[in-house]
Parts: sequence; C-alpha cells; structure tokens
Amino acid sequence: MRKPLEGVRVVDLCVVWAGPFATMILGDLGAEVIKVENPFVFQPMTRGALARPPRELLLANLAWAGGYPNNEPGERPWNHCPTFVSLYRNKKSFTVDLRRPEGMDILRRLVEKSDVVYENNATGTMEKLGITYEWLKSIKEDIIYVRVPAYGSTGPYSNARALGVHLEAVMGHTLLRGYDDADPSSNTAIYSGDYLAGAQGAFAVMAALWHREKTGKGQLIEIAQAENASAMFTQAIMDYTMNRRVQQAIGNRDIHGRYPCGVYPAKSPGTPEDQGDHWIAIHIENDEQWKAFGKAIGSPDWALDPRFATNEGRAEHYREIDQRIAEYTKDQDDYELMHRLQAAGIAAAPVLEASRMFDDPHLRARNFFREQTVEGAGTKEYVGPMWQLKGTPIEFLQPPVLFGEHNEYVYKEVIGVSDEEYEALKAAGHITMDFDPSVP
Amino acid sequence: MQASNGSSGQALDDVVVVDLTHHIAGPYATKLLADFGADVIKIERPEGDIARRFGPFMGDEPHIEKSGLFFFLNTNKRSVVLDLRTDAGKTALEALIRRADLVVESFRPGVMADLGFSWERVHELNPKASMVSISNFGQDGPYRDYRLTELVLYGFAGEMYSMGETSREPVKMAGTAALFESGSSIAAALMGLLWSNKRNGEGQYADIALTETHFGGVDRRHATAIGYQYSGRKTLRTAGAGSGMPQGIYPCADGYVDFTNAALRPDRILDMLNYPDWATDPKYQDPMARLNAELIDEWNAHFIAWCLERTKREIWAEARRAKVMCGPLFSMQDLYEDDHFRDRGFWTKVEHPVMGEVEMPGRPLIMQEGGWKIRRPAPLLGEHTEEVLREAGLSDDVIAAVKEGAK
Repeated sequence: MRKPLEGVRVVDLCVVWAGPFATMILGDLGAEVIKVENPFVFQPMTRGALARPPRELLLANLAWAGGYPNNEPGERPWNHCPTFVSLYRNKKSFTVDLRRPEGMDILRRLVEKSDVVYENNATGTMEKLGITYEWLKSIKEDIIYVRVPAYGSTGPYSNARALGVHLEAVMGHTLLRGYDDADPSSNTAIYSGDYLAGAQGAFAVMAALWHREKTGKGQLIEIAQAENASAMFTQAIMDYTMNRRVQQAIGNRDIHGRYPCGVYPAKSPGTPEDQGDHWIAIHIENDEQWKAFGKAIGSPDWALDPRFATNEGRAEHYREIDQRIAEYTKDQDDYELMHRLQAAGIAAAPVLEASRMFDDPHLRARNFFREQTVEGAGTKEYVGPMWQLKGTPIEFLQPPVLFGEHNEYVYKEVIGVSDEEYEALKAAGHITMDFDPSVP
Repeated sequence: MQASNGSSGQALDDVVVVDLTHHIAGPYATKLLADFGADVIKIERPEGDIARRFGPFMGDEPHIEKSGLFFFLNTNKRSVVLDLRTDAGKTALEALIRRADLVVESFRPGVMADLGFSWERVHELNPKASMVSISNFGQDGPYRDYRLTELVLYGFAGEMYSMGETSREPVKMAGTAALFESGSSIAAALMGLLWSNKRNGEGQYADIALTETHFGGVDRRHATAIGYQYSGRKTLRTAGAGSGMPQGIYPCADGYVDFTNAALRPDRILDMLNYPDWATDPKYQDPMARLNAELIDEWNAHFIAWCLERTKREIWAEARRAKVMCGPLFSMQDLYEDDHFRDRGFWTKVEHPVMGEVEMPGRPLIMQEGGWKIRRPAPLLGEHTEEVLREAGLSDDVIAAVKEGAK
C-alpha cells in the first residue's frame, strides 16, 4: 500500500515543539518534510538552548533538555539536544540564510514545488522576512499555509511571547493542576499544549489537503495555540460557563469524583538511589472494584470498613484511605502490585521513570522500540510511533536529521540549482553543516 | 462515499464515520472530524455513552442529557442506539459499515470480534473503509486487558514521574488532559487513514494504544527517554521556581505569573524591569552567573519584590512590551471575562433542547476555507436512530426490531 501522504511536500519553518510535532506526524505518514535552517540564526529551544552550550550548562539542565551523548556538547551539539531529536525523524534539513535576497529566492523556488508551508515562530518573525500568505500564494496559488501564533494574530495579546507552558497558564491549567495543598509555584513546567496544537495542526493540514482535492483551493490556517489548548480543561471550563463555579487544583484525585485515586509509594528492586522513589498509581472506579481491591491486598480490616463501602463514603474519607493504601504499598514492588491489582480488574500501574520503559515486557512484546543511528550519538533505541497502522506501518526511514544533511538533495534535486550556483551559494555561506562561528 | 447530512461546504462534508467509541479520547477525535464537516454516526449502547454520566452537569443536576463534558465531546454527531448483541442491532451496524469511510471503536480488545465485527468481517462488508481500534495498551501483548484511567495512563506513559516536588509524590495534569492529548493524536491518525483510503482505494486496520500515543508524544516523555539513552541521566522531580534569573512561577500582588525559560533573553528581562540599578549590576550579566546559586537567590529576592508590587495583568503587560516570555495564572473566571478571547470569537453558544443555551469553547483552529462550524448540538440519546437507519435503507421491520431491542 502507498503511504497516506506520499507525494505531499511540506516546507518546515518551525521552531521549538508545537510546529515540529505536527510536521513529524506528517513525515510519519509519508509526506516529504523539508526543514529550512539558517546557519546565522539560532532559534533557542529548537536545536537546544544554545548552538554551543558549555558542558556545565548541559549538566545543570534536566536530562530531557541537557542529556547530550555522554554528557558532552560534542563536535556538533545542535544535532543532539533530546527535545530536538525526539521531533525530527522522517524529515530532511537544508540550510539557507533567509535574511538575504538570494536566500529568499531559494525559498521561493522551493515553495513553487511544495504543497504546505508550516510555521510557529514568534509573531512578526515571518513578516520581517517578507513571508506572508499573499506572497506564498503568488508563488503557488493553492498553497496551504499554517501559522501557530500563541494567542492568535489579532487582539491585544497577539504579540505576547510564549511557550506552551505560558499559554497554558493563561488558559487556566496551571491553577488547576498540582498538589491541592501547595501553592502553584511548586508546579513543574509542562507542554501539553504543544501536544494538542501539534497533533491538531497535522489534522488541519490533512483536512485542508482534503478540501483542496475537492475544490482546488489552498488556504491560510491559524491555530491560536492558547485557544486550541483549552479543550484539555473542558470540565473546568464548562463548569464555569454552566454553573459559574471556579474549579481548583485537586492533585491526583479524579475530576469525576471516583475514590480512591492516587499515587502511592512503592518499593522496587533497582539501584539504591531508586529505593524510596518508586510510585504506583491506583484508581478505583466503583464499589465492586473497591471490594476486589480489598481482597487483592489480603482483606485487611480497614478495607472492609463499612464507611468505605460506597463511593460517597470513600469520597468523605479519602485522606484516611490514601494513608492506609500508602502504608500498604510502601512495602510492595510496583510492577508486582500492578499485575495483582489488574488481575482483579483495577486500574493500576507504576509511575514510570522514563528509563524503565525500555525494560517493560509489554512494550517489548509489541516490538515498540526502534533502533536508529545518529552521527555523534551512535546506535540507540528510540520510542516507537504513536499508532500501529497495519497497511502502511510508520517507518523510521530517516533518523533525527543533522543540520544541513540534505543540502545537496534539496538544492539540486528538489529546487534544481546548477552545480555552479550551488558552489556560489556555498561560498556565500548559505550551504553548510555547521552554524556560523558568530552564533553562540 | 456520499455523506447523508448534505453538503455543508466544510472540508470533510463527504466523509462518513461509524463511531463506536465512548468516554473521552475516541469521542474527542471524532468530534474534530464532525466539527469540520464529517457525518459522524455515534453508536450508543441502550444506556448511552458513559461520558453522559460524568459532570459537570448543567445546574449541577446529574442527567444523561445535561453533561457539559458529553456536550462538548459530541457536537455535530448523530446518535443511534443499537444493542449489538441482538440480530437487528447487528444487521443495522452492517448496513452502516457498508456506507462508511471509517469505523472507529474503543471496546476492550476482542469485543468487536465477539460481536461479529472483526477487522476481517468489516473489510469484507466494505473493502474501502479503514477500521481503527482504540484501547488502553493495544490489541496484543501481556497487558492487553489491563485497565487505565487518566491518572494511570499519565503515570505509566506520560511524563508524570518528574512532575512535582522532589520530596513528594509525582502529580498529574488537571482534569483529563492526557485523554484529550490522545484524542488529538487519534484525530490526526483518522485523517491519515482517510488519505490512505483515497490513495489505495482500499481500507486498512489500525491498532492505537492510548499508552503509545503518550510514550511518543511531544510533552517530554519521548525526550526524557532520549536524554536517558544519550547521557545515562534520569529526569527527576526538581523545583522549578527560583533556579534562574528568573525561572518558574512567582507570586505577585493578586496571584501568580510564570516566567519559565524567560532567562534565555536577559536583555529583555532588563528592559521589562526598566533597568533598575540592582538588575544592571555587572555581576548578574556574566553568563556563568546563571549557574551560581547564591547570585540566583540574591537576584530572585529583588525580582520577587518587583512582582509583589504589581498585578498579574500589569506584569504581563510589561512582559509583552519587552517581548519577555511570561504567562499570568488565570482562573476560569479570569479567562471567561477576558476581552481578548471574547473579542476573537473564542466562545460559542449552542442551543440544546434539554440544556437550553450552552456556552463552550468554539473553534480549535481557524481554517479560511471549509472550516469549523456547529451544525447541531450534541445528540440526545438515540435521537437519530430512525433517521439514520432509514437513510441506510433498512426496512421498517428491522428498524422496529432495533428500537425494541434497544429499550
């Protein structure tokens, strides 16, 4: 079978996470995604915080940001930031300085041969370069242009700078999440809004391609990322619009009021540093499950307490129940307890630290992981695709792309520049696999 | 395939989906298709989608037609009640599958086959349709029959482990955010399958595990796994606030503001603060200062004082002027009363026969052509059983038997 998006070409002007997640999905489905990169401009948070981060900075950052191969910046650090690597399989990369007229001419010639242009830069960045929907349309009448401004292209917040974490604060998430007994400054930064906007951006591109197929028309798509993220808080938003209730953070409890629902300490085999920091998530959804739970943990007196027999009773006494469960689980192995509780029909699983997923027998049985070889990082196992499509399986054909890896291909085969022009552009600094030394 | 709801001019107005999903993730995915024009035929059990039993409820009155959650997740869909254990129910589903582009289900693995609707059977009924099975852990493997809820899903497959304070238990996101993330991913998969149908003239089967939509998702889990593989370092829970100049969430006069990663541009921070003497001190300008805990504490003492003298909206206005990354922590009331979102048309009002006027977030994104539209509110339970089955060409006898069996 042919891949769903075979023959679709996407020009990727994306930065950070939300845009690249969308184009990764399109690449997984078979589109040719071409990332346009500038050797003179470094976009923080895309190929790392800095092009050439000092080793101390890597170590000061959490592993998902600073965990470079062997904790060294290496020769070309911009190829190895974990967040970058996680989003750049199945994409191609070429370099060009869009601040110069000949660079913009190269982009023009690429757009001529493309179907989609996708960008999620800070407001004004594209305009400053001269990239507008009108310009793109004048090059390719039926182009689909996707933009992802944080708060939309109109209104007083249209110029606000934001990552996912900031716009989620504005949409209410940060006050709604976290411990119910601590102030919100204890909240860890999260990027669920990037997930939503990225996945729905890919959805929107494919819907627009569908529309183009029927009508011949391309279009401009605007994803105001804040507005898009709001769906995640549907229950809290609808409670306000319908009942004028302002919901508060409820920690790990269930928003639909089924008790108990919590995260409890567990003992597990592992290195000494792991002991005491393993946790199991348990959620009991009804009275039958509560009975089954009591039985599965050996019917201690407290589990048979008639006060806890109904959900109303458990809701009233949830702190006491949580304490009892924690006293029990602290001596249990998290995986063993998961299997025992699941056998009794109860939703339970370890709160998994990321490295442990590679040892999980279920994921191994599903052949979930994929090996990829990346220059400077060796051959490693990577997390597999989000969906198992049986007719057109998602393949990791191109490993996380090196800066400028496809210069020859994009310039010569896609755009069709002559060897002579290629050498001239190279001499002018457009074509390279290294950021310019002026870039920090 | 000809959609029976007529041409709305929307991008997906020629798409028919037979939707056997329930709860949140599956219905959110099919809602996105429905809101952009698809004819989504929602098959409900006689007792209805479980989401009808979850709040919030209009007026706090639990009622299967008053759930705000169900309402949001099911706009533009038509509801058909079938008891798939009966012959009439099976006959009706067969007829609907023959007219569909996509068949989407989220029963426990094996249930569809037990009901007589394995992928092989669906493919035989309609070779052009694709079928998607959504489940907790996938259709095979040792955890195939394991249960999940929001908390357990995010704990096992999302980045919950590193969220919260070092000395305390990990803490999840709000509400059912993880299930909405999965739903968004599934919506993209459904669009991919529509394209696969078109390209190949033949459907295919997809096995989607909610867990796998999180392991490979953008919200850090994938990156924490790579960070570990590359460096051997684990991503643990660490305090966010006060570890940079600035970094994390700060109190202010009337609440809190989030300055995560704002320190990437110290020049803009100085501009936002309007260059006070304390902040321009050369000792803070050295790039290595951001690794010096003592200097960071000292800087933050000044910064907290600056924040406490201002409201969250005042601070955000200063941040916007200086192009500093910042977000005030809004409550739902703050959001609802905010002019920016209201003036942009973020909110939408929909009439519902039982709930009356319902206000909810509208378009998830703006397509200039063929875009989002509310054509109908969320359906009443079984509201369209007769209408849909007649369109599918079923006889009066079968329709009567379906209705009898669905009581």
